[in-house]
Amino acid sequence: MTAQEVRLCGLLLQEHFGNVVEKVGTHLIRSGVLTLRALAHETKLPLDLVKKSLCVLVQHGMCTFGAGRRGPAGPVEYRINCERVFHMLRYPRYIYTAKSLYGDTGELIVEEILQRGQMTMSSTVKTVADRLTHNMPEGQSMDYSEVVSAFSQLVETHFLQRCPLASAGSSSSGAVDTPLPVATQPTEPESHPDCYKLPYINLTGQGKRRRSSEDGEADQCAAKKARTDDSECGDDRIYWQVNFQRFHLHFRDQAIISAVSCKLDQSSSEIVRTMLRMSEVTTPAHAAFTQALSANEIFRALLSSYNIARPILDQYLSLLVDDPMEFVGKTGDSGGGMYVVNLHRALANLARATLESVVQERFGSRSARIFRLLLRKRHLEQKQVEDFAMIPAKEAKDMLYKLLSENLVQLQEIPKTPDYAPSRTFYLYTVNQLPTARLLLQHSYKTVGNLMERRLYETKENKRLLEKSQRIEAILASLQATGAEAAQLTEVEEMITVPERQQLESLRHHINKLDSSENQVDETIFLLKSYINSTQASR
Amino acid sequence: MAGSRGRGRSQFSFSVDALGFGRGDSLPSSAHTPSPLFPPMQFRPVPLHTGEEVDYMLALKQELRASSKNLPFHIKAARTKTDVAHYSDKYQNGETKNNCIEWSPDWSRMPKELCIKVRKPRKTGAKPQLTRKPKVAAGKEEVLQKLETLEKREEEQHSEEEEDEEKKKQNEEEPDADEDYDEEDLEDETDYIMSYFDNGEDFGADSDDNMDEAVY
Repeated sequence: MTAQEVRLCGLLLQEHFGNVVEKVGTHLIRSGVLTLRALAHETKLPLDLVKKSLCVLVQHGMCTFGAGRRGPAGPVEYRINCERVFHMLRYPRYIYTAKSLYGDTGELIVEEILQRGQMTMSSTVKTVADRLTHNMPEGQSMDYSEVVSAFSQLVETHFLQRCPLASAGSSSSGAVDTPLPVATQPTEPESHPDCYKLPYINLTGQGKRRRSSEDGEADQCAAKKARTDDSECGDDRIYWQVNFQRFHLHFRDQAIISAVSCKLDQSSSEIVRTMLRMSEVTTPAHAAFTQALSANEIFRALLSSYNIARPILDQYLSLLVDDPMEFVGKTGDSGGGMYVVNLHRALANLARATLESVVQERFGSRSARIFRLLLRKRHLEQKQVEDFAMIPAKEAKDMLYKLLSENLVQLQEIPKTPDYAPSRTFYLYTVNQLPTARLLLQHSYKTVGNLMERRLYETKENKRLLEKSQRIEAILASLQATGAEAAQLTEVEEMITVPERQQLESLRHHINKLDSSENQVDETIFLLKSYINSTQASR
Repeated sequence: MAGSRGRGRSQFSFSVDALGFGRGDSLPSSAHTPSPLFPPMQFRPVPLHTGEEVDYMLALKQELRASSKNLPFHIKAARTKTDVAHYSDKYQNGETKNNCIEWSPDWSRMPKELCIKVRKPRKTGAKPQLTRKPKVAAGKEEVLQKLETLEKREEEQHSEEEEDEEKKKQNEEEPDADEDYDEEDLEDETDYIMSYFDNGEDFGADSDDNMDEAVY
């Protein structure tokens, strides 16, 4: 774990779960694996607080536990899954994707499960139905069956999955048969054969509209009822979590399709979309390319709304194959031509485009030209760089040294003699894509950390003003509820002076900008991380 | 390594001009301080993406942040007891305690050592009333006794006022107050406690021959 990653994890944990969990989490990340006692001793927090924090982290799947170094008889050891913590940055994107695919119901289901870590199907359905009913006009309510159908759709397309089996050490009875999994190898959720099987639950009814006056009682009744209802519904102990890998595959496909539509045109992107859709279920997660699809199959699967005739399709396919981006490749001639989408190569090209664009925006288009040249030609001497890039010597030298100092370009020494005498050594400039991508990924983590810290600072600076505006809003709301006159309302509104209002407005604008930037940097993080993972998988 | 120094001394594989300084020139000065914290940017950054999608995700992000503060997963350390007892302590209930967890996880999925007492959510009104009622009931008898003795002893306005104030407080908390209390207050069936009413008969009765003293 690099320093920047640890810092970002700490900030994310603090934002969502508070300072206590942040302290426990960062200490656990830094130490690797720890037992409960060691963790409490080293963080100097009370044991109960540490227990609560670990419960929260385990509930959300960020912490795994297992038998320690001393075997099943020894104390349980905990470790944090950093990748899972980083996914918290991407929650809005997951929720928005669910909304675009499955509507408001799907969006709320995914939001509930993300916020609570794991949930049973029945409790999810009830909560979502209540929330939807709350937003509906008076008199209408959401039927449970609609929510159940949306839930089943999400499970069928593998966006939701069952949580992996809990380790047997927690339940005393099963300790004999199934030994605790070693802490280094958590059970994969997909190893469970019923991973995507929906449980049979008898859940009928409609969402209940919650009146604001009976909030307290409703909570109590709901809490009591939920406990009895869960066991009645028949899906006790079956918890569901969000399948992040599936969402990531979906994002990757989206990135490829948008890249094709930017580079070529809309119709070719539709063809690629069809190809990816057809091979969604048949392609394993880390495959380098999709299953081979024949042109006939693609033609049959194309939606008629696209209006692409058969010979046009063939032309588009040959265009895609000839494109230097190599999104689509031809692997055979049977069935009108067998085509695959080169997933890993597409990711590599997308990462390369990201690197080039970063250099261009930071250092100018001529430096970008040098960078692209070095990416393509691998090793070049300084003189050759100047010649190929067609940039005067002095400026080329300046740009090269600047890129070198930023570590985007490396120097390779090739000696002519066993001693590395400078007069008899070739100095070649080179760019390695993978290490540079890792470097930029760390920069991105640092960027997001900086953005979050700045946002916290801005909020802290204006805390007094924010609290005042919140109080005034609360007063206004209560006045409006009790039906006050306009004069009273304006009088309360005027309690915030005009300069304060301007200050609030500019504060809101800054925070929106910072939040938006975080979302955008996260897209870059996703792309670079997918590329790095794809190179590791193929090795 | 030192032996081959003599041969091919001035033949470099690159031209010296390419380095940027001629022979014999001093090297460019090295930096003695770390680079500035906010270096001036050569190029302005590209503006952020805009659009409906971006706005929706921004709103989602802010909503998630706000709602996660209210979830039971947001753990706050319990306030350590200070030596000074504050008046507001008895009105602040529902304070988080370290040894209770606010939500009920599935303990079969967690290691046994993490098991902690689950705090039952209760109505905010229930707690203070429960604690106040026995206190008030215990205090009632004492106050009654006190009142009787005081009634017998003195009937000055000062002590009566004290009793009335206490009774008033008792009346507010317990609507089913004794009828004994009502006599004091509702002698003439007015809203005013008779003992408070001063009908000004005593005003001016004191001799105001000595005008040296100021009258407030």
